[in-house]
Amino acid sequence: MAPLLEIKGLKTHFATDDGMVQAVDGVDITLQKGETLCVVGESGCGKTVTAMSILKLIAMPPGRIVAGQIMFEGRDLVPLTSRELDDVRAKDIGFIFQEPMTSLNPVLTVGEQIAESLRRHEGLSHKHALARTVEMLKLVQIPNAAARVHDYPHQFSGGMRQRVMIAMALACKPKLVIADEPTTALDVTIQAQILDLLQDMKDRFGMAVMLITHAMGVVAETAQRVVVMYAGKVVEEADVESLFDSPRHPYTQGLIRSIPRIDLDAAHKTRLEAIGGSVPILINPAPGCRFAPRCRFAFGRCAEQEPVLREVAPGHRMACHLGDTQGGTP
Amino acid sequence: MAGLTLASPSVERRTYSPWRETWRRYRRHRLAVVSAFLLLALIAAVVFGPFVWRVSINDIDFTSRLEGPSLAHPFGTDDLGQDILARMIYGGRISLAVGLAAMAVAVLVGTLIGALAGMSRGALGHALMWLTDLFLSLPQLPLLLLLIYLFRDGLKAVFGPEGGIFILIVLVIGGLRWMPVARLVRAQFLSLREKEFVEAARALGASPLRQVVRHILPNAVGPVIIAGTIDVAAAIIAESTLSFLGLGFPPDTPTWGRLLFDAKDYLDIAAHWAMFPGGAIFIAVVAINFIGDGLRDALDARRVI
Amino acid sequence: MRQYILRRLLIAVPSLLGISLVLFTVLALAPGDPFAELVTNPNVPPEVAAALRTKFGLDDPVYVRYLRWLAAMAQGDWGFSFVSRMNVDTLILQRLPTTLYVIGSAQILALLIAIPVGVFAATRPYSIFDQIANTLAFIGFSLPTFFTGLLFILVFSITLDWLPFVYTTDIKATGFRWVIEQVRQAIMPVMVLGLFQAASMTRFVRSAMLDVIRLDYVTTARAKGLGQARVIVKHAMRNAMIPVVTLVALQMPAVFGGAIVTEQIFRIPGIGSLLISSILSNDTPVVMAVTFVFACLVVLFNLIADVLYGWLDPRISFR
Repeated sequence: MAPLLEIKGLKTHFATDDGMVQAVDGVDITLQKGETLCVVGESGCGKTVTAMSILKLIAMPPGRIVAGQIMFEGRDLVPLTSRELDDVRAKDIGFIFQEPMTSLNPVLTVGEQIAESLRRHEGLSHKHALARTVEMLKLVQIPNAAARVHDYPHQFSGGMRQRVMIAMALACKPKLVIADEPTTALDVTIQAQILDLLQDMKDRFGMAVMLITHAMGVVAETAQRVVVMYAGKVVEEADVESLFDSPRHPYTQGLIRSIPRIDLDAAHKTRLEAIGGSVPILINPAPGCRFAPRCRFAFGRCAEQEPVLREVAPGHRMACHLGDTQGGTP
Repeated sequence: MAGLTLASPSVERRTYSPWRETWRRYRRHRLAVVSAFLLLALIAAVVFGPFVWRVSINDIDFTSRLEGPSLAHPFGTDDLGQDILARMIYGGRISLAVGLAAMAVAVLVGTLIGALAGMSRGALGHALMWLTDLFLSLPQLPLLLLLIYLFRDGLKAVFGPEGGIFILIVLVIGGLRWMPVARLVRAQFLSLREKEFVEAARALGASPLRQVVRHILPNAVGPVIIAGTIDVAAAIIAESTLSFLGLGFPPDTPTWGRLLFDAKDYLDIAAHWAMFPGGAIFIAVVAINFIGDGLRDALDARRVI
Repeated sequence: MRQYILRRLLIAVPSLLGISLVLFTVLALAPGDPFAELVTNPNVPPEVAAALRTKFGLDDPVYVRYLRWLAAMAQGDWGFSFVSRMNVDTLILQRLPTTLYVIGSAQILALLIAIPVGVFAATRPYSIFDQIANTLAFIGFSLPTFFTGLLFILVFSITLDWLPFVYTTDIKATGFRWVIEQVRQAIMPVMVLGLFQAASMTRFVRSAMLDVIRLDYVTTARAKGLGQARVIVKHAMRNAMIPVVTLVALQMPAVFGGAIVTEQIFRIPGIGSLLISSILSNDTPVVMAVTFVFACLVVLFNLIADVLYGWLDPRISFR
């Protein structure tokens, strides 16, 4: 079966005063119909830029898709103009943003903001669009939806606004929903509710979900497959069980070890491990593996040659020289 | 959407001294650089002009009335046959001096009021900000005219016709333009008052005055310089407007605005008479505004109304 | 919403009082006796001057004089103009419509230029169009109105002979011709004032749009596939107008200054030229009253701005 979305060799760069920032530098991601894929990594690793590149929502200029293909249902989205993409946006691919407080337009009612995409993509009349909007608000469990449809965003709490965002993203029943850190800005108790709601909606509409997050807990809870990104590149990709059971890339291992564990008893508890250092600056990055400066297993070859993604087990790929039989091992 | 802003790549820049860094950024604004040279040339012309162009400003010559530019009179003559270039050089000194002096008044008053409002947490601060807002909503030109109308004769008696008007105009223009500076200084105070280095100075027992002079005011310098630059331009326009309305300097003091006032009834037969002083005002104002724009880029100050 | 407007109206009262206080202080501080002129003015009979002195109670304590003056102003008793030989309020009411007509048309012209140019420039920052618009705007607000006025007269009246440079209230024409003449004579003053306003407004609109365009909800709107024009007009512009309204209101004092100059250049019989002529003829009651009217107009425009603000931003009127 052809994948729903296939990103191949995507490179998105940003021009800044100090040089080209290679925010996304050769990313491959494949997503099947109805699948939930988590893209995980530290902030600044390029996961948001990757997601925004799909619908060309990055600011252009300074951003630019330099190379690569984004095949959606067999059609490459990269060469499309913004106008041509408008037919894909919201209709085929819905987007949920990180900040519910700032992602809704403060001067328009939430109803209008949901209804306008229904009118645009399904050609509904004002009245029908409003009726569908109320229906959607009920679906995302906003109490008293028929009245609240006329309220403004500032009259909703953060969690409620994120529900509105979900209703907006799902209004046209897209085949893919991209959720960029949908719970990061919310209270912990609300986070679980929103993730449950997302799961609920997925079961109901059967769309694929691309969930971008930095929280491994969220990954464990929701994902079927996981892509780990570091410094603009994919470093590991696997289904969720094998990733948590046998993480191969030192970076993934670090990420997993940095999750607090409550299932271990006190005697076995060790200090929480953190990965030292931070994401490198992506202007003229040094050759070799980008994680090498922070990697405790790094050896000579890591600084010289860039590791490529290779299959280490069925469906499990990673980009690291460790255990690579073709080259020298330490 | 933090990823969009590139999650603040902490790029290491080559570090320069603050002044070189400022100049480096200022230089990028080409029009601002050109303007700086233009303004310097204008200032040089009015300061050194009389030593080079030694024609008297009051020589009346009815045989050459309202003549266009010629070798003898590069900017032409007025209805009394007086040399317009000589008069413009003289008037330019006054116009520019008014601009600078009024700016100084505005910056001084604004800094004082802004600092007071920023330091006091009680009623005084509120009252001063109310006053600032009130002054911002006063109709400047009518009030300017009213003040000149009421105080003109009194000051003239004390300081003489030219000196009296000069002091009055400078005080009134400066006194009606201090509000932006006051707001800027107060904003700096509010944001810096709680910063560590000021707290540290306070903990070390620095007196309030010392805190202000050593630690807070230097941080407000950038925005105040920008506001002050714009004030010079505004003051030049204000003085020219008054003179243009015939309510500024007396007729024998040919400021640029006064020249325009005298010229406006001869537009059809002696357009040059109006064009040269009008052009001079425009060049001075546009140059100063561009310099202000360049400084804004260079000093990276927040835009405040 | 009605409550909001009411509250704004109440807030305007202290500013009006403050302005009246400033004006009165200026008058009280003025050296000499502002009414001394009346005694020497041949147009004023001595008994009227004396009556005026008692009426203004020049020998009473300052605060009594202020309260009495305020009460008189509030009752519409604005004094008598000896130069024009009529009541000041009648005189001002005669002149005010012309001023409002010129200022109003200029504002509309400014908006018609500034909004499209500013918005278009902001959608293409640093493009050729943006740079040209920016430079022109810069030049525009650096050109003093008195100089643009003279330039316009030189070009359109003297050189090209297209437009009249003197504004008359009694046009000797009827019907359609009257309308044409009315428009023709207003073109230059409205252009001078409107272009000056448009220059600074364009910069406000551009920078407000640039601020808004990169906000998250604009990206949300783009993610809905609404199309560039709709995103800009419906989602970005309305939000960008909120700060612009405030900035334009803050500009109003400068606009009235420009209006005074423009009226003087084109000899428009509005309250601006009335102010100048009464200053030149030492007509104190009129000078005071016109200044106060200008102050009231500023407050009025601020009030209009506040109402617009509440209408544009639902967060305000609900508070």
